[in-house]
Amino acid sequence: MTITYLEAIREAQEKALRNDQRVYIYGQDVAAFGGAFKATKNLAKEFPGRILDAPISEDAMVGSAIGAAIEGMRPIIEMQFADFSVAGFNQIVNQAATLFWRTQVACPITIRLPSGGNPGSGPFHSQCLESIYSHFPGLVVMTPATVEDAYTMLLEAVEIDDPVIFCEHKYLYNRLKADSLPETGLPYDTARVARFGRDLTIVTYSAMVHEALAAADQLRKEGIEAEVVDLRCVKPLDVKTILASVARTARLLCVGESWPWGGVNAEVIASVVTQGFHLLDAPPQRINSKDTPVPFHPNLWGAHKPSSQVIAAAARKLHDW
Amino acid sequence: MLETLKGARRNLVSSASRERYIDAFHWMLLGRTAEEKLVSLWRAGKISGGVYLGKGQEAISSALGVLLKSGDIFGPLIRDQAGRLAFGEPLIDVFRHHFGSSTGLSRGRDGNVHRGNPRKGYQAMISHLGSLISVVAGALLARRFKGDTSAIGATTIGDGGTSTGAFHEAINMAAVEKLPLVVVVVNNQYAFSTPNSRQFACSDLVDRAIGYGVEGHSVDATSLRDCLEVVGYATERARAGHGPQMVVGSCLRLTGHAEHDDAFYMDKSLYQTPLGHDCLRVAENYLQEREWADQALLENWRKSAKEQVEEAAADAQREPLADPSTETWCPYATQRIADALLVR
Repeated sequence: MTITYLEAIREAQEKALRNDQRVYIYGQDVAAFGGAFKATKNLAKEFPGRILDAPISEDAMVGSAIGAAIEGMRPIIEMQFADFSVAGFNQIVNQAATLFWRTQVACPITIRLPSGGNPGSGPFHSQCLESIYSHFPGLVVMTPATVEDAYTMLLEAVEIDDPVIFCEHKYLYNRLKADSLPETGLPYDTARVARFGRDLTIVTYSAMVHEALAAADQLRKEGIEAEVVDLRCVKPLDVKTILASVARTARLLCVGESWPWGGVNAEVIASVVTQGFHLLDAPPQRINSKDTPVPFHPNLWGAHKPSSQVIAAAARKLHDW
Repeated sequence: MLETLKGARRNLVSSASRERYIDAFHWMLLGRTAEEKLVSLWRAGKISGGVYLGKGQEAISSALGVLLKSGDIFGPLIRDQAGRLAFGEPLIDVFRHHFGSSTGLSRGRDGNVHRGNPRKGYQAMISHLGSLISVVAGALLARRFKGDTSAIGATTIGDGGTSTGAFHEAINMAAVEKLPLVVVVVNNQYAFSTPNSRQFACSDLVDRAIGYGVEGHSVDATSLRDCLEVVGYATERARAGHGPQMVVGSCLRLTGHAEHDDAFYMDKSLYQTPLGHDCLRVAENYLQEREWADQALLENWRKSAKEQVEEAAADAQREPLADPSTETWCPYATQRIADALLVR
């Protein structure tokens, strides 16, 4: 019996709906159809009236979730693709993110963003938007990389009192499998050392954790031991765990699938340089997707995002610096 | 269909009873008086940022405020001082919020018209027009989930706000869900400096209602009596389960966009049309015509409004202002995150 990353997301929603009457799901095609990716499969049957199909109106979807949250509900909004969430951007960053600051009334909404590329998805069904949402005060941005985290962190996302941008990676949906789901996990705001190593630290998150681990496997064969830190949640950022790792290895390589300019990698490097400059033996490095829209053709797409080979090459260079 | 609606309307008890009219008039007067005080405080440099007035729109705003009941949801906009007071906003909160008092609802974190008390169904607008409509709709969705079908929600918007995507999305969504939402569009002819002719191309904004599948109503927003009747009818239709209602009130903004705007661009001839009537004067005349008040009583009411306003402004001025040294600088409600930020 195995369970996929996608099934974990469905199971977490089912559990949240079962345990908490305040939870409902609103999004396009989420009810009878079960969601574009089937993340809400059969939930409408199980929880009649609590899974609602939304018009193609991201602004109104998020705005209504905010109003419902003010009234004590715990809405889960499914964006059909992360890329479409920017059509509701104003409500997310100006209304939801500021509500508690302005009024002392919490805004416990969860916005699920099916993120990242798949072969053939093109510029508007492939984006990773964790960096842009992390920029705004008041938002929590989660980027689970494992089946277990997808499950426990989504449950935490529903429970916490702030708006959560839940970046679930589409590439992992059916490729990642676990034997079972855990009852509990690490707290959402705590990074995890996915692999220990003495020679350099690779800080990454979401699908790139798996590319980094594959790179670390390759590097081990060459005698280089890479430590891989999975951020899990990019805002708030667990700088303590990152610094502890860099203190051990003295070398930092950041890997993310989003665009380079001012992103999560940039923030991690800025944090390490400003708070742990003395720990470093080499200039920190970063690998992002190329600074272009995400290309359609698999040949281009494969070269656009960071791969284990590119990560391994950068790690070698950093190791030898 | 149209005939049935007309029949239903004839059968309604008038919403413009003497008691309700006088109640609404009081809030109009108090709103106007409070805003006049805000202007003088702003000119004296006591208020940072802008002061945005509802002059000319008090009738429709106040009518909506008095027609909402305790437990209803209200999402007022820029020019709704009268309606906010009628809905239950304490007068002192108006001044606290404009001053940025540490005792105010947002403790200096936001100012002027961006205020509310969402726990009490009084929503706090952001600057992005149209974005509050779906919030009110969502609050109504929550009431439905919780089994409360007695409450309605209402929100206001201007002619300019009807051009936003948020307006369209929210009304469409509310119509799909058949929510008891009343959207009051106050067409005051100008969005900042932009006249209707550069804002929309339809002949009448109320025609949009049919496209959304909601009931639409037009009203002369300079007449409190008409506002009470028409907004009253719309709120009753919403309460009775007929889904979203759109009321389009017409009037003229009798002020600039804000106090810093002298409105030089406005077509002065509009003041000479019925649109340009000052709703407060119209209401005073009506009170006298019906012999519900005479000049002496009106003067008493004005005096009382002024006293209340002076007292609230003076009390608020004695309270401490927002203080960076006691500000938490924490935008998160989640205790775990707040604790971590405070430790840092």
